[in-house]
Amino acid sequence: MTDETLAAPHAPKHRRLPVTDLSLVVLIGTSGAGKSSFARKHFAPTQVISSDYCRGLVSDDENDQSASAAAFELLHYIVGKRLTAGRLTVVDATNVQPESRKQLIKIARDHDVLPIAIVLDVPPGVCAERNRSRPDRDMGAQVIPRQHRELRRSLSGLEREGFRKVHHLRGAEEVDAAEIVTEKRWNDLRHLTGPFDIVGDIHGCRSELETLLVRLGYTLARDGQGRPVDAVHPAGRTAVFVGDLVDRGPDTPGVLRLVMGMVGAGHAVCVPGNHENKLGRAMSGRPVTVSHGLKESLDQLAGESDEFRAEVRAFMRDLVSHYLLDDGNLVVCHAGLPEKYHGRNSGRVRSHALYGDTTGETDEYGLPVRYPWAEEYRGKALVVYGHTPVPVATFLNNTICLDTGCVFGGSLTALRYPERELVSVAAEQEWYAPVRPMATDAPGAREGRPLDLADVAGRRVVETSLHGRVTIREENAAAALEVMSRFALDPRLLPYLPPTMAPSPTSRREGYLEHPEEAFFAYRADGVRQVVCEEKHMGSRAVVLVARERAGLERRFGIDSSGAVWTRTGRAFLGDQELTDAILDRLRAAAEAAGLFDELATDWLLLDAELLPWSLKAMDLLRRQYASVGAAAGAALPEVLSALGRAMERGIDGLAELTARHRERAADAAAFTEAYRRYCWPTEGLTGIRLAPFQVLAAEGANLAVRPHDEHLAWIDRLVAADEAAVVGASGASPLAGASSGASGGPGPVEPLLRATGRLLVDTEDEASIAEGIAWWEELTKAGGEGMVVKPLASLVRAGAGEGRPGGLIQPGLKVRGREYLRIIYGPDYTGHLDQLRQRSLGHKRSLALREYALGLEALDRLAAGEPLWRVHEPVFAVLAMESEPVDPRL
Amino acid sequence: MFISISTTGTAERPATDLGYLLHKHPGKAQRFSTSHGEAHVFYPEASEEACTAALLLDIDPIALVRRGRGKSRGGSSGAPSGAAALGQYVNDRPYAASSLLAVALRTVFRTAMKGVCELRPGLAEQPRPLRIVLPAVATGSGEKRSHDHRPSEEQAQDQRPLVNRLFEPLGWTVEAESIALDTSFPEWGDSRYTRLELSGSLRLADALQQLYVLLPVLDGSKHYWVAPDEVDKLLDAGEGWLADHPDRALIIRRYMHRRWSLANEAMRRLELTRLAETDDREAEELDNAVDATSSADRSEADADGSAEHAVASDAKPVPLAQQRRVAILDALREVGATRVLDLGCGQGELVAALLKEPRFTEILGVDVSSSALSAAERKLRLDRLSERQAARVRLVQGALTYTDARLKGYDAAVLSEVIEHLDLPRLPALEHAVLGAARPTTVIVTTPNAEYNVRWETLPAGHVRHADHRFEWDRAEFRAWAERVAALYGYTVSIRPVGPDDPEVGPPTQLALFHLGTPAPTTAAPTTAAATTSAPGACAAIPATDPTASPEGSVTR
Repeated sequence: MTDETLAAPHAPKHRRLPVTDLSLVVLIGTSGAGKSSFARKHFAPTQVISSDYCRGLVSDDENDQSASAAAFELLHYIVGKRLTAGRLTVVDATNVQPESRKQLIKIARDHDVLPIAIVLDVPPGVCAERNRSRPDRDMGAQVIPRQHRELRRSLSGLEREGFRKVHHLRGAEEVDAAEIVTEKRWNDLRHLTGPFDIVGDIHGCRSELETLLVRLGYTLARDGQGRPVDAVHPAGRTAVFVGDLVDRGPDTPGVLRLVMGMVGAGHAVCVPGNHENKLGRAMSGRPVTVSHGLKESLDQLAGESDEFRAEVRAFMRDLVSHYLLDDGNLVVCHAGLPEKYHGRNSGRVRSHALYGDTTGETDEYGLPVRYPWAEEYRGKALVVYGHTPVPVATFLNNTICLDTGCVFGGSLTALRYPERELVSVAAEQEWYAPVRPMATDAPGAREGRPLDLADVAGRRVVETSLHGRVTIREENAAAALEVMSRFALDPRLLPYLPPTMAPSPTSRREGYLEHPEEAFFAYRADGVRQVVCEEKHMGSRAVVLVARERAGLERRFGIDSSGAVWTRTGRAFLGDQELTDAILDRLRAAAEAAGLFDELATDWLLLDAELLPWSLKAMDLLRRQYASVGAAAGAALPEVLSALGRAMERGIDGLAELTARHRERAADAAAFTEAYRRYCWPTEGLTGIRLAPFQVLAAEGANLAVRPHDEHLAWIDRLVAADEAAVVGASGASPLAGASSGASGGPGPVEPLLRATGRLLVDTEDEASIAEGIAWWEELTKAGGEGMVVKPLASLVRAGAGEGRPGGLIQPGLKVRGREYLRIIYGPDYTGHLDQLRQRSLGHKRSLALREYALGLEALDRLAAGEPLWRVHEPVFAVLAMESEPVDPRL
Repeated sequence: MFISISTTGTAERPATDLGYLLHKHPGKAQRFSTSHGEAHVFYPEASEEACTAALLLDIDPIALVRRGRGKSRGGSSGAPSGAAALGQYVNDRPYAASSLLAVALRTVFRTAMKGVCELRPGLAEQPRPLRIVLPAVATGSGEKRSHDHRPSEEQAQDQRPLVNRLFEPLGWTVEAESIALDTSFPEWGDSRYTRLELSGSLRLADALQQLYVLLPVLDGSKHYWVAPDEVDKLLDAGEGWLADHPDRALIIRRYMHRRWSLANEAMRRLELTRLAETDDREAEELDNAVDATSSADRSEADADGSAEHAVASDAKPVPLAQQRRVAILDALREVGATRVLDLGCGQGELVAALLKEPRFTEILGVDVSSSALSAAERKLRLDRLSERQAARVRLVQGALTYTDARLKGYDAAVLSEVIEHLDLPRLPALEHAVLGAARPTTVIVTTPNAEYNVRWETLPAGHVRHADHRFEWDRAEFRAWAERVAALYGYTVSIRPVGPDDPEVGPPTQLALFHLGTPAPTTAAPTTAAATTSAPGACAAIPATDPTASPEGSVTR
């Protein structure tokens, strides 16, 4: 930003004044110097904010000097608003005093735009003459000479004050002859539309860079010594380097030679990293601390020619902190940039682009603590950056960090744009020991971002791709925090919590509160034709994460574990680790035998399941509540009936109705006891335990929960069959037995662990099919079953254009519970109060079910995209929080 | 729910006098409206020789819930049924004798209970042979926490069942027959209900009053719907016999406990109750933080009441909880801390102690339990502190498994009896949040010494001291952990005993004093501190926080 005007020779008749397209132009000149005319001539009326006009706005008199304070306040305000909006702005005021300019420079800096000064240096006599011809300008004779003196005094210091360009127009003629030339900002490469290959932090890893470029399709050009000096893509793609080409690695000069060659030939653009910045200063002889691998660069460069070193210095000096590319849809810089800094120009923008938003604090290793700007990024431009080593490059809020720590033994990664494909090559070796040891085992620490309370606490809004913004109330988050931190599993093992499910609309049928036809009708009304009825196993909900091998889980989830089985609130399902491992072993063997790991190309599976019997987990509740009610009723009611009978025998009137009611009560109580008994049986180790998986929620890189239910059931059937085969095999001393034996290490399994899920497809438009569905449910519940769940076969369904809320989510499932089962929920006598109970209101439950469903899928999406732990944990935690919302617990 | 009252008689004193005494005609079935449903009175038998009056309270379970709704909190969304907990819909109220029956007795037999019989003057004053049958009455074992190792005082003093202790001193012969929980599952054992038969010669009015008071005392289960003012009514009915009852203290305490749990119930976060129900668990199982700390209170109050009894052997024993606080305050003074974090502050006992010393200018109490924080706020009377005092202290909800920006910049953090409430695999998160992220100059950690547990006479072998302790470490394990995390986060650590340092098993509590960087500049040398400065790399041979590494990690839960 050198300025030619200060050094310009005197009196060229025609002056071209470069003005950056986004800048704050400050006109400086005495009253009568012709500022307003100049502004009118060169700028649009809306670009010019004049102090006279502002005076008029606040006082109805453009010359009322007593209104100056208010007028300038207004002027500054308007200027600020325009600069926030990214509009070139011209200030038309005398600005001869340093104080007034200081304020404007501050406003420009606050908005990260360049302040430019244009001095209209017109002799006082000319100005006074012009003012005399204007009747409204009635100022003292001393005013203009005083302003002129102030102007002259200011001239030499304008650059020091902070103006990045100073145009000094001497005399009225030069003012008249001047021409404004709009210049683009240096960071504005919006006209380059790519396609691009954006390369992450290289740190002197020349060999890996060569490999990566070749893999990306570039042809390397070499000099006489065989050193690469350019790379060309046959399809004309442009390489973009995010900086930190240098330091730490084995061949910084080689990397520079190649990148400088590509940039020079127009095959690449490059932004500086903090390491270029520091190396550049070191090479220019400025004092710097030689650390963080700078020494390696200096040593290596010492072996190069003076000429090469001079080229390097020039290259580094001319690097621009960040670039806007592809019509503003792509921003590339080294350390990331919030949207308000895109295309802006200031010291702090450059500093953020090079170093990130450091909080000024350092962590336990003396490394700067970085403000997580990307977490709050909501801009439309994709920001591609590097700087902070991450294990895997992942998109986060339309940003991506490509520094995958090649020099530390990670990999060198490139992003193809606009394809958004990642290409990476592994480091040939660990070239430099990382500063930050993998020390802490806190969840999220591996990604450099341990879970923070601010990720979950208080009132929060979680963005879901399926259901928009979901709000979590503070008191619900507080309750979830208690449970999550005191009772739940490590969040790394907890990428999902199951959502609640709404019951079918209330049935009007005699004797029923819930009935399948209501579910079928509801889906038909939603335009869903194909539904699947799935048997509802009466156990306890269990989500299972099973690893093919321990190391795979460690790699993916960053925790040493073979998997986990957890409840709806994220607690370990079984306190007994050995039993958990036994279940996981069997499931792993089944998945292996069924070929699911290979087919889904995954090291792990996440399953939604029901674990039986109910009494396994709910024993305390059963004893305290359900069995107790049965015991009390069983003890009291016979004596009541006996007493009533004796009184009636004595001929006492008026007891018939009371007796009948209590007979009914006794029958209801017996039915109630019978109902819960069906879900209880003893278990011993694995014996007696049944796991009924009904959905494969996720595998590596895939949210499978959105796949159709017939696919799920087919996977599950294969698991069940494999488990059964293991049992049969064991009894027949098959070699399979060894693979599937439980933790005991003894003989193979004697009974299957996995239980199949009965299902029936129903066409909601077909009365016969509906009747079949009803009959199936009646059969299930008559045999003591809990009931069934009706789900759209396609799984994830949105309302069609003609439906109530077009595009809105349709309930992912409706439960239809059996008449006898509902005694456990509504009380033994509920069938006597059906009219009252039918008043139940389902709206809140249905809305909750949808929100939790969207949150659950959001967690799985984020998991599939490899997003950091805090991003996956956010919706998981939100599901738990929503479970504490006040909704009728019987629904 | 049902109760029958029988008497025998002769031609001179016919049993049917019971009708006069009760003011209910033996030849009629009568119906009365009570707040919980209709009460029916009828006589299964009525002759000169034998007469039985029966009271059947026909409880309307739906009305019960509706009544309860007004008393429970949390339905801020306006969803009426959302305010109720599931336990309100499926419960034993319609079948088992409880305080509801007591209320019905009072409503239906109000005059009889007063001992007034205008038609037959003198009749009410005379004792009669009475037999009272309650086919199902909760005999109160339900409320004791199953994992609580502390013997309840009533058991310690008197091995007889509660019903016997309550009724026998009043002249009753007690026959109690336990009822199986479910005959299909004999292994489930007995239910908390008993078929109770009381016989004795008493004035009917006395009998009714005693039932009115003692039925609720027996009934340990939850009442969402009992109004607090019924407490006073119950005590009124105790006039004349309660004062002389040998177990009056027990009666009053159990009665007060009920009232406390009423208050607690109202206070309890319904959000947490719902999460418990989501998981088929009891609310108390999750919301147990207040219980946890109140046990410490109790141990202070009763010098020898519980496991963590006073450990000094001289005449005036100092409770361990207090010794811990003294040790912590000493350590804080030594390092000159003024801005202090109490992480896991519970009900604020340490915060209260810190507030008493002006040197502590800023105190931040953090706990994850909302109930504990509410209790702390009440106990500390924060709303009544002067502005200047109040400005020194803040209580906030937080969880140490997450980093927390609010915790930065303090001189010292205290984790007193906190780490053992976290599952071992989650400890690294706490280590990072405190030593890595909050990073105060000093960190004080106290935790039980498992070796010392053999010295608690009331603690069964192999048990942890509190039901919520996820692990308890011996001295070697604690030292290994402390040195490992100190090395990891650049602290130095010294370990000192709290309480009498038993030559064989060590002290009851162990305290680790971490100092950021170099050793703490202490103003007074710690008395028995065995200081170790861990150099980086000293952690090589230290077991990781893997539950399998410590057999004691498997706690009884």
